Amino acid sequence: MSEVLDLLSRLAWWLLLPPLLPGIINKVKAWTAGRRGPPVLQLYYDLARLWKKSVVQSRVTSPAFLAGPAVTWIAIMAAAMLVPLGAVGTALSFRGDVVLLLYLLALARFATAWAAMETGSAFEGMGAAREVSFSVLAEAALIAAMLTLSVQTRSVSLSTMLAPFPGAGVVLLAAGLFTVLLAENSRVPFDDPNTHLELTMIHEVMVLDHSGPPLAVILHGAALKLLLFSVLLTESVLPVGAITPIAGILLLIAGVLTTTLGIGLVESMMARFAFRRVPLLLLTAVLLCVFALLVAWQGGSVGA
Amino acid sequence: MNLNVLIGLAIGLNLVALGSSRLPMLIRSMSAQGVLLGVMPIFLVSEFDWHVALVALATVAGKGLVIPGLLRRAMRAVSIEREVEPIIGFEVSLLLGAGATVGAVVAARWLPLLPEHSGSLLVPGAMATMATGFILLVGRVKAIAQVCGYLILENGIYLFGLTLIKSTPVLVEAGVLLDVTVGVFVIGIIVDRIQRAFDSLDTRKLTALRE
Repeated sequence: MSEVLDLLSRLAWWLLLPPLLPGIINKVKAWTAGRRGPPVLQLYYDLARLWKKSVVQSRVTSPAFLAGPAVTWIAIMAAAMLVPLGAVGTALSFRGDVVLLLYLLALARFATAWAAMETGSAFEGMGAAREVSFSVLAEAALIAAMLTLSVQTRSVSLSTMLAPFPGAGVVLLAAGLFTVLLAENSRVPFDDPNTHLELTMIHEVMVLDHSGPPLAVILHGAALKLLLFSVLLTESVLPVGAITPIAGILLLIAGVLTTTLGIGLVESMMARFAFRRVPLLLLTAVLLCVFALLVAWQGGSVGA
Repeated sequence: MNLNVLIGLAIGLNLVALGSSRLPMLIRSMSAQGVLLGVMPIFLVSEFDWHVALVALATVAGKGLVIPGLLRRAMRAVSIEREVEPIIGFEVSLLLGAGATVGAVVAARWLPLLPEHSGSLLVPGAMATMATGFILLVGRVKAIAQVCGYLILENGIYLFGLTLIKSTPVLVEAGVLLDVTVGVFVIGIIVDRIQRAFDSLDTRKLTALRE
């Protein structure tokens, strides 16, 4: 019985909390700009509104047009269930689950790009091409970060990897993972979530032709991915799993809030980069994570 | 431990220098590295020492203030565009620099170092910094960017020299610093001459013979 309750509370966390994050980011951006801004719960209203609408679907699309968002959401949700929530641990943990996490995120990206190309729109193809080419570097950075944690803890299971303090390379790891978070979630300086100028968009351009409930699923999936990466960042940097469950959850929430605050501030103060500058920034993120790996490897060998 | 953090920051500045697309940024990262290098001798010795304090002060003043000042002056005097024109692209030079850093850390384990230097990043940091200097020297077109590469190369050599801080006389180090300052001075004048003769600081134009 308690297991069912545990699973339900986890589902509630990953289902209900995500739309809060974009709301907080928008509020922070509004405050820095001296505006009042949309309510924090705006995305919940949007999702409810979209859910009641009907779907407009082009005649040239195959069923994959609708399957794409569904597969994306399910993959991200499954990845989220693998991530431990502080000392409470995961619903499902096994040796090597970090590899499954990386591949589930890749599957989500593949399904989004696939659905984007279904309508044959040139703009959406462009967005998909950008998303996939940038993610080559973002993924390399994420893999390097996970390798760092793995080398540090000598484990390939997320619940043990994310628990302790990651040692001397923590600043490098935090900077690298934050950049990956910005890139993976299509935030400034990689992409502007507010713009609707097709030439400059990445994520938004891929979902242009979606409407109604599928669009709601896409929006929720994007928010879920943001929460997933914030939790991953917080747990990689802070020893959330090493303290008592209640304090761990509070620390986790504080970390996620700080991350969202950081994203909001970055978006208020920076402009989106020109596309040819993006690979350089992503490469910097890769190098930050690789150097964190180097520090972990060196530290481990000196200690041993 | 503190020293390793400083050297780590210096290695980070190497990568900033490799990735920076504007000359003022390049000069700034080079001078910041100079200041870091200048502070390092204080962390190397346990008790206060006049010799070490003098070296530290001279290095901070020379590498952090005088040389960057001369370079900025040269840049203003010849009024060129601020962009660094790379022959080796920024991404590739960053990758090369990172590869050199990792290679240096690995190579330093094979070297027969003294036991007091085996846990320290001094030797790998020196090798990585020298490699960065080489990449900048080879991979940048403008004379000022190449001077920055040369100075970063010199920073690497200085890092190597730090392993011998206790036995090197202050006179030798003062002489080295003086040489470098004079070198930068001369380069400043040459840069001015190149600019007047060729209307550009593109060193590729110097390879073409003409009447």
